Amino acid sequence: MQIFKRIWLWFDDSTGLSAALGPVMSHPVPRARKTAWFYVLGSATLIAFLIQVATGIALASGYVPSSGQAYSSLVFISGAPIGRIIRGIHYFGANAMIILIGLHTIRVYLMASYKYPRQVNWLSGVFLLLLTLLMAFTGQLLRWDQTGYWSVLIAAQQSGRVPIIGNWVGHFILAGDSVGGATLGRFYAAHVFFFPGLIFLLVGFHLYLVVRNGISEAPSIDRPVEPETYRTWYHALLAREGEAFWPYALWRDAVFGLLVILTVVGLAIAIGPPGLGKPPDPTIVQATPRPEWYFLWYYAILSLIPKWSESLVMFWGPVIFGGALVLLPLVARKGQRSPWRRPWSIAIVAIVLFMIAYYGAVGKVAPWSPRMDAPPLPASVVGTTTGPIAQGAKVFHDKGCEYCHLVSGYGGIRGPDLTYAGDTMTPAEITTRIYSGATNMPSYRGNMTPEELSSLLAFLESRHRQPIQPPAPAANQ
Amino acid sequence: MSEDVSPEVAGQSSREMDRRKFLVRLTVALGSVGAVVVVAPSVAFLLGLRKTPQTWRTVGKLEDFTVGSTVNVSFEDPSPLPWAGVTSQSAAWLRRVNDQEFIAFSMICTHLGCPVRWLADADLFMCPCHGGVFYADGQVASGPPPKPLNRYPVRIHNNNVQILTLPVTIS
Repeated sequence: MQIFKRIWLWFDDSTGLSAALGPVMSHPVPRARKTAWFYVLGSATLIAFLIQVATGIALASGYVPSSGQAYSSLVFISGAPIGRIIRGIHYFGANAMIILIGLHTIRVYLMASYKYPRQVNWLSGVFLLLLTLLMAFTGQLLRWDQTGYWSVLIAAQQSGRVPIIGNWVGHFILAGDSVGGATLGRFYAAHVFFFPGLIFLLVGFHLYLVVRNGISEAPSIDRPVEPETYRTWYHALLAREGEAFWPYALWRDAVFGLLVILTVVGLAIAIGPPGLGKPPDPTIVQATPRPEWYFLWYYAILSLIPKWSESLVMFWGPVIFGGALVLLPLVARKGQRSPWRRPWSIAIVAIVLFMIAYYGAVGKVAPWSPRMDAPPLPASVVGTTTGPIAQGAKVFHDKGCEYCHLVSGYGGIRGPDLTYAGDTMTPAEITTRIYSGATNMPSYRGNMTPEELSSLLAFLESRHRQPIQPPAPAANQ
Repeated sequence: MSEDVSPEVAGQSSREMDRRKFLVRLTVALGSVGAVVVVAPSVAFLLGLRKTPQTWRTVGKLEDFTVGSTVNVSFEDPSPLPWAGVTSQSAAWLRRVNDQEFIAFSMICTHLGCPVRWLADADLFMCPCHGGVFYADGQVASGPPPKPLNRYPVRIHNNNVQILTLPVTIS
């Protein structure tokens, strides 16, 4: 072992590493309080990123970034020994990175650690958050199955809503006039080189700032931030009761970081990577692209807002949200840090989390999507197999009514449930609705023969809560 | 530290200061030129979007299509890259209106770009994403789409039905 020590001493003498990094590693940080475990989220995000780098390199060695072959190369990777696990780790690592950077952002926001002097720490973090989301989007797209293919077109169409330059941006995303051989390469280059390179740079900058400005102390109600005196006070605090970062703080990061790694690898082995969809062939008409869970809430909101506001929300929504994150440390640069004295911050976090969970759940159900795979109504629901009612049930399916309207648990939920249509609407009302349509229902005036209409009416009128009792014969007559 | 006196402290002649200023500017200028020389062509390459010529692509023989029916047809990119594979294909909904007349609709929903499906029994196009519905003529029937379905020009050439390829329309 003497030999290794001598090699290290020679190396250290040559490079000066321990002299340069020693003080950084052992720089004093505020003594651990009750909140100490909340401070592991940043390093855990970095660990999740490093998981992505390691597995990403492995995946890139098997992936062929060509529009025509990427899909089959993924089929190959998924079938290779360990390949399935590597894909799984990369998938759950991505999920972990998103969750952890979200929690880290919330921690910093709630404790107002973004205030003086750590404003640029926050700003660099905002760009890291944006880059993480871009990595998530481009990553699911590189799966290059049917959903990946249509994601490109949907991204291009959404970008089209940007004022003035939208059309150009849309075609920039496609890399030309349409999706083709040139398209996938730019997503590959962005996901594998450009965004990770920026992340490395910004993480380095972020960590440098953490050392320069010091880890924020636990907030206290009695001690609002005063920029004029803060640094002096902070250094006095460190001199009084500071502990060396390594190992007195870093051990917690090691514990939590390993927990993250074990969870990600465990999920990868137990559950495995997400299955590949159909190949990216635009001639396969049966395609229902859906975003991953972390964008589902946004998909849901875009689907639920009024039609007129769509282009505005698609453009201004991200601009306002991003702008608010950037402006936050510049506007709220001093004063109270305790979340108990900033109750609105707790409310904002609660609202954001609720929105992500609630609209994510709504997006999962996607009530606005027609169920185009709804089977014809079975005879047990229709109640008969012959006559106008059975005819009407067939019309109900064939004309697409069933894709949006539910009858006894069959069909879509975009329009009103028609299980008891016979109780709630008269034939005249139903006819009016079928003929005139509505905002979200087409008019069938030119698409239905009188015979079809009358059988459809017969079917809908037969939808009752209870079978109608024949009128009782009058007594004593 | 103490021996390493900076030029300002030492008190320089104004000629020396001018030289210093000049060298600072020279270094920054040379560095910028070097950066532009490398970055400009890289960015220009990324911005050079692939323009494809418009071509008539045959999607079938005249007798393959029945008057009144709307079917899914596919055709290839005007100049497909060798590695584009299935993505060089495009699909459209083609209807034979009468003996000599065809209409071809883009499959791309004008709302957010999902692929619309033709419901033959209902004479409607429906989008599986947000339930946008278009009438048989491509006009918006209901739901969120802001514009009618886009159309491709169609012609009959030597008994072949041909579609004129078009760039994807970004709404």
